[in-house]
Order: sequence, then structure tokens, then C-alpha cells
Amino acid sequence: MNQAVDFIHSSAELAESLEQSSPTRWLSEIRQQSLSAFKNADWPTPKTEHFKYNNLSALAKQSFASIAKQSESIQVSNLSLGELATETLVFVDGYFRNDLSNIEQHNVTFFKDANQEQQQLILEQLTKQQNEKNIFSLLNSSLTQDGVLIEFNSESGDKPLHIIHYSTANASFATTSANLIVSIAANAKGSVIEHFVSEQLGEDDAVFFNQSSQFVIGDNAHLTHYRLHLEHESVIHIGEVDFWLNRDSQMNSFHVGLGGKIKRLDLNIYHQASGSHADLNGVYLAKNKQQVDYHTNVEHRAAHCTTQEVFRGLIGGSAKGVFNGRIHIYPDAQKTLAELSNKNLLLSNKAEVNTKPELEIYADDVRCAHGATVAQMDKKALFYLLTRGIPKQQAELMLSFGFINELLDGLKHEDIGNYLRPIMAQIFQQTI
Amino acid sequence: MLKIENLFAAVEDKTILKGLNLEVKPGEVHAIMGPNGAGKSTLGNVLAGRDGYEVTEGTATMGGINIFDLEPEERAAEGMFLAFQYPVEIPGVSNLEFLKASLDAIRKYRKEPELDSVSFMKMAREACKAVNLDQNFLKRGVNEGFSGGEKKRNEIMQMMLLQPKLCILDETDSGLDIDALQVVAQGVNNLRSPDRAFVVVTHYQRLLDYIIPDYVHVLADGKIVKSGGKELALELEKKGYSWLEPEVA
Repeated sequence: MNQAVDFIHSSAELAESLEQSSPTRWLSEIRQQSLSAFKNADWPTPKTEHFKYNNLSALAKQSFASIAKQSESIQVSNLSLGELATETLVFVDGYFRNDLSNIEQHNVTFFKDANQEQQQLILEQLTKQQNEKNIFSLLNSSLTQDGVLIEFNSESGDKPLHIIHYSTANASFATTSANLIVSIAANAKGSVIEHFVSEQLGEDDAVFFNQSSQFVIGDNAHLTHYRLHLEHESVIHIGEVDFWLNRDSQMNSFHVGLGGKIKRLDLNIYHQASGSHADLNGVYLAKNKQQVDYHTNVEHRAAHCTTQEVFRGLIGGSAKGVFNGRIHIYPDAQKTLAELSNKNLLLSNKAEVNTKPELEIYADDVRCAHGATVAQMDKKALFYLLTRGIPKQQAELMLSFGFINELLDGLKHEDIGNYLRPIMAQIFQQTI
Repeated sequence: MLKIENLFAAVEDKTILKGLNLEVKPGEVHAIMGPNGAGKSTLGNVLAGRDGYEVTEGTATMGGINIFDLEPEERAAEGMFLAFQYPVEIPGVSNLEFLKASLDAIRKYRKEPELDSVSFMKMAREACKAVNLDQNFLKRGVNEGFSGGEKKRNEIMQMMLLQPKLCILDETDSGLDIDALQVVAQGVNNLRSPDRAFVVVTHYQRLLDYIIPDYVHVLADGKIVKSGGKELALELEKKGYSWLEPEVA
């Protein structure tokens, strides 16, 4: 517990020291508010419902009270998604690398360069939900000195914008804080790939990445979003992604999460006006002693909105997976249709999954379905493959891969599936 | 080809096969018929090596090799093929990927070179055509959403690709309409050859109108209680199984 107090204390000092040379004075007030809330926040323990299954000791036992030094020499390769994404923003240890990036269109603005109107938008987004934020979101807000604002309008091209966050050992025992706001104008379309990777880190390294993304989807606008967490297990990632849906808007968000010392993602969808639709899908995969945790929360605040959510988990070794899927339907949200499915496959006797669907329904004319399963490999399917001469290990590999491949097959951008399949296949080979 | 001697097998401590003897020579087709609960499906599962089916006594050899010393995948590679009564659906694994993995594994075991993709695709397409399956089935998940007849045709297609020495058909006729039955039978008949043997397990005689057996055996209470030629099947169709009861007892 004392260690946790140290963490809060030293992180707060970091926030204060950064304030001295802030490039965004207009955000000071928000940072100050968040910082005082952060200082007063309780460190989550197993008794804290929202963090019940998270072991945060990897964070509490170290100090992360610095930010990484900038290193221009690091090269990043093999992260290209080919023809799929031509516009790329590359960050190394939190620092933007102009030399590695390629921005053709002028819809990318750094917070520090924001004009009056953009500042207004950023402020508005950062103040939303201030009081519901958990301790790590508060820390993120306290440390938000800069960020990226992406604005899509009806003239924006169809190609996804590819944002790469690359972490190195250089950022070990430091805090990397990042912030993204994406705004899609009414009737416009936008595609964003958030791609988190790292170099091969040591077992004793610990990079703390604290990230927040917000997507504001205008009336009748359309978001396609991918968030790929493919970092080394020594990266601790705690992140929050919020989606704000307006009238008749649509979103399709796909997630991949590899486990790590701590990997915790909070995904919030807010249906704010009628007619919006959300597809939220994802796969998570943990092995060794890793943890992976997806907390999803879908808020149906308006009538005639729909949500389809499917998450699948594959847990091996003595790893721990957590999935919490909440659907909250407000009294006015009549005619809601919401479906949630979470299936997990345990690959070893020591693997653990905690899955919890949570429905809170306050409207009477809604259709809502949820299901969660935890299972071991289908023995019938395994036997079938064996009787066709396929060796056991390969058969297990095919079945585990098939379990998540169903979701990869359904991706809107086939190239993403093609990029992910060999990476996933390699991880499976090491897991089983 | 296959020699089973005094086979006893149990499922969850319940003895199902009770001293079964059977010898099948290359080129022969043996039909095994019998009432429900006689142990017909158990025989296929025991021979293929399913978990939970325990051999408590007896031997079974295939080409002189004791198959109970082999893992299921080794039995397959040695040339055994079990066509399932209820082929399992495997979403996420495409039929094509599955067939390629199977063929590659078996060729590797036999120390044959791996097939290149072009030759493989050609073979797979031809096999599809032979059992009247649309080529879209190759892209779909293994048996996923297939009708009963499509699943059985998929089994026969695999048999064509893998060219096994010993084919065991477990109630392949169940759930088939007459057209599908003919396609399946045609596939089997095309595969009949002097160096390949078939064990056709069935409850009804009608499959044997299309796949003409050399021998018919009646399996009751875990043993072969009567053996004869193809005319035995017709006799069974007429009289049912009850007239064999005294012999069973």
C-alpha cells in the first residue's frame, strides 16, 4: 500500500514538473482539476470492483515518475500495412517522429498548435465525464501536455490513418502518456488504426503507457477503427477509448490485445442520439504470466440505437484474462437492440478467465442478449483433425487460431487480417 | 489389411465390445450391421483411437502393425480413414486449410514430397466435383453450416484426397436422402480397388443396394454373431434383428 502511495505521490510530482514548460497553457485548468482528483484517489485493490481481477503490483512496486528522453536514432521498420494506409503518424516513446511519418492531408493537428475552435473542441472532450474517470484516466489528464487531434470531413479520403506508438527500453521505468481525439464531421467517414508496438524488451524492463483516445462521430458519420496492442509483455498499458455517437452515426471498432505485465483497456460507447449503431469486436490472447483485461461499457442513452459486441479470448500458460461487458440502457432508450457475446478458450490448466456480462436495463421495450462462455478445446473437433492425420500440436494450433480467425475473417479491411494472421499464428505457436 | 482378435473395449467402465473378431483382406468390402446399442459406432471409434474408448483386451493389426500402439494421427497416416456418422463443424478453420494440412501431414509421414499449392488446388477441385460439392465449400469453415448430405459428401471427398488403405464408414447413410446416398455410394465405389478395403457400418440395408459388400456381419451385444454374404443383409431387412436373439443369448 505504501508503494502505491509512492506511485501516486511521485506521478503527481511529475505532472507538476511538466507544468513548468507546458506548451498548452489553455489546458492547465483541466490538468489541475485532474491532478487534485488523482492525488485524492484511492489506489485500486482487489476490493475495488472495477479493478477486482487486476494485479497492479508491477506498477506499484516501481517508480515511473519521469518521462523518457527523446532518442532520434531509433528506427522503426516492418510496421507498414502496405497499400492500406498511406498516411502514418509515428511516435517513439511518446515523441512524434516527423522523419518516420507521412501526413499528406491536413487534418492532423497537435494540441499545442490548435486554433481557437479546435481548442474549444479539445477542452470539451477532455472535460466530458471528468467525474467518472478512474485513477489512471485522471493521471492521463494530469499529464496531457500535448496530443493529436484528427478531423475528418466529407473531403477526407477513404484510406485509414495509421498511428503507430513504438516503445523502446529507453522508456523503461518512465511514463509515456498519450492523447488522441478524432472528430468526424456530419456525413463524413473516417478510418483510424491505432497500433501499439515495441521493441523486444527485457523481462525486467517495464514501460508504463497510459493512453486515452476519444472518437466523436457526427450525425450520419461513420467510423472504422482498429486498436492493435501487439507490444512486448514488458509494456504495461492502461488505456481508455471513448466513442461518442450522434444521430444515425455508425462505428465499427476492432481490438486485438496481447497480454502483458498489465494490460487494461476500458472501452466506452455512448449512444447519445437516436439511430446510431455500434459494432465492437475484439480478440485477446495471453500466455506466460501475463494479464489482459477488457472492460467494455455501452451506454444506450437514446432510443432506436443498436450495438453488436463480440469478444473472444484465448488464455494459456498461467495467464489471466478478464472481460467485463456492461450494457446500460437508459429509461428513454426504447427500441434498443444490444447483443454481447464473450467466448474464452483456456489452453492450460493454470490459465484463468474472469468474464462478467452486466446488463442494466431501465427501458421496457428493448431487445438485449448476452452470453459468456469459458471452455477448453473442443475434443470432438480435435479428434476429427487427428483422424485426418494432422499431428496433435498442429491440430490444437488450428483450432485455437480458428477460434479467433472467425473474427479476423469478418474485418472490413482485409489487409488488417492479412497483417495480423502471421503475427497471431506465431504467438499461438509459442503459446501451445 | 485389418485383423481384429478377441477385442474387448469399454466406455466409461462399461464394456461395449465383448470379444469381437474380424478379418478384412485387401480389396474386400465388409458390412457390419446390427441393432442400436450393439457397439457399431464404438468399433469405429476404438479403431480410430478416440479418447475415452478403452481397449481392455484383444488386438487389432493393420498391415501387421498393432494399431493400438499408434496415436490417432499415426493410424490415419498409416492409411486408416474413419468417415464419421456426425462430422463435426469447425468454424474459423477453412475446409481448404484443413484438407491441405491433412494431406501435407500424411505425405510427410509417408516421406513423400509436399504438394505445391497449384497441384493441391487442382486435386481439391476435382474431388469436389466428383462428390457434387460446389467449390465454395472449400472456402467455408470445415462442415460449417453444411447440410447432413453435404457433410457426408465432404467426408467422401476427404477420402478421395487422402487415398487411404482402410476406410471405415460409420453409418454414413444416416440422414441422407436417396440422391445424396447415391452420390456417396458412387464415390465409395470409385475408390474400390484391389489394394483398398472398406468396413461399412450401417443399421439399414439400403446403403448396401449401392455399395455391394463381399461379406455381411451381424454385430450384437459387442460380438459378431453371424456372418454371411450380401444375401444376409436382405434377410436381415426382411426379418429384423430379433430372430438372431437366441444366437445372441
